[in-house]
Amino acid sequence: MKFVDEFRDKTLVLDLAKEIRKISKKPVVLMEVCGGHTMAIRRFGISSLLPPHITLLSGPGCPVCVTSRGYIDQAVAYARRKDVIIATYGDLVRVPGSTSTLAGERADGADIRVVYSTLDAIEIAKHNPGKLLVFLGIGFETTTPSSAVAIKEAQKSGTGNFYLFSAHKMMPPAMAAIVDEGIRIDGYIGPGHVTTIAGADMYKKLVEKYGLAVVISGFEPVDMMQSIYMLVRQIEMNRPGVEIQYRRAVTAEGNLMARNLINEVFEPRDDWWRGLGILANSGLGIKPAFAQHDAEKQIKVEVEETIEPEGCICGEVLKGIRSPLECRLFGRICTPSSPVGACMVSNEGACQACYRFGG
Amino acid sequence: MCLSIPGKVTEIAGNMAKVSVGGSLVNVGLHLVDDVRVGDYVLVHTGFALQKISEEEALETLELIKELQDPDNDVPGHVL
Repeated sequence: MKFVDEFRDKTLVLDLAKEIRKISKKPVVLMEVCGGHTMAIRRFGISSLLPPHITLLSGPGCPVCVTSRGYIDQAVAYARRKDVIIATYGDLVRVPGSTSTLAGERADGADIRVVYSTLDAIEIAKHNPGKLLVFLGIGFETTTPSSAVAIKEAQKSGTGNFYLFSAHKMMPPAMAAIVDEGIRIDGYIGPGHVTTIAGADMYKKLVEKYGLAVVISGFEPVDMMQSIYMLVRQIEMNRPGVEIQYRRAVTAEGNLMARNLINEVFEPRDDWWRGLGILANSGLGIKPAFAQHDAEKQIKVEVEETIEPEGCICGEVLKGIRSPLECRLFGRICTPSSPVGACMVSNEGACQACYRFGG
Repeated sequence: MCLSIPGKVTEIAGNMAKVSVGGSLVNVGLHLVDDVRVGDYVLVHTGFALQKISEEEALETLELIKELQDPDNDVPGHVL
């Protein structure tokens, strides 16, 4: 496949491994904050190609994993209403809420549809005018524009029964919070597709404030290895900055059309992240001009009290301070077919990646 | 969730395109990109094209790695 195969070239990967070993002298801790990178690192065995003093950590980059149980509980409450159809990306269906999951509600008769695109959700709303269609909008900068398009399309086409339940979040506040929490890292492997939309310039503040190295990376093994090389070079030369490795898709300013759409439909608000708690202006709520499509404003439900699962260390895994292997539930009580925490549900979650590909 | 896959645009009708991703044709919204033409490669995410992929930049990225092998070549960084 074009733009994939050439970035899986084994010779280039091994050349990069050699070059990294040549320039790397200091111990270095690098964190990735994208579920796609979590998966790629495990799947391609990237860590095994690096010298032992380079440590790779997974951060809060899996949207399903950082989403609160309270959000799932509220989605479950919507699903229990007989006049509601839930439309969602597949990842969310099996995420445990306090006492139920969307999959469990579906088994009990709730109308829950997995969609590929927000436009599919709009179509379902149009075909079911007597029902309220609630789309579960989760994800970072990559996914938020799709929700913005849906709200604009719903407004334009007069699809008054389309509602978005937003848990959209922005990456930079979480990347800053990791450092504020005292977690020692030297650099970030920057999220490629988040930055395709938001632009690499948004990390400049992280470099200025924390002196971190940041390299925006693609997702194939050559991409990952080249990004690690660039990070190590920045750190060894003591010249931290923002660099783009994933230049075939990422620019300094990002996708302006998509960014404008996000700004038109959403506004920043404080939001809760698993592991990091409430971060100021890290989430996105729907602007008042589009309130008629805001599920939180228009559809009232009683939500049960949130109960966090005992023994689950998802929050610490998401901060990179504990490995999934340190969790006493891992692989015994908590498995991909019977997950306790969100990090085991999503195929981008650190726990599931560790379970599938090894620690 | 942020997984995006490169695909080739084979047909455009209004705001929608047919994109060949690994041999399968998928319907993709063009609401987030302008100036996309048949034959272009785009990154597909949750049913939308996120960005046109630059072939020139892809080739340059690979070229930079080859240049690392040259001991006389001090590869410049791209610090913003």
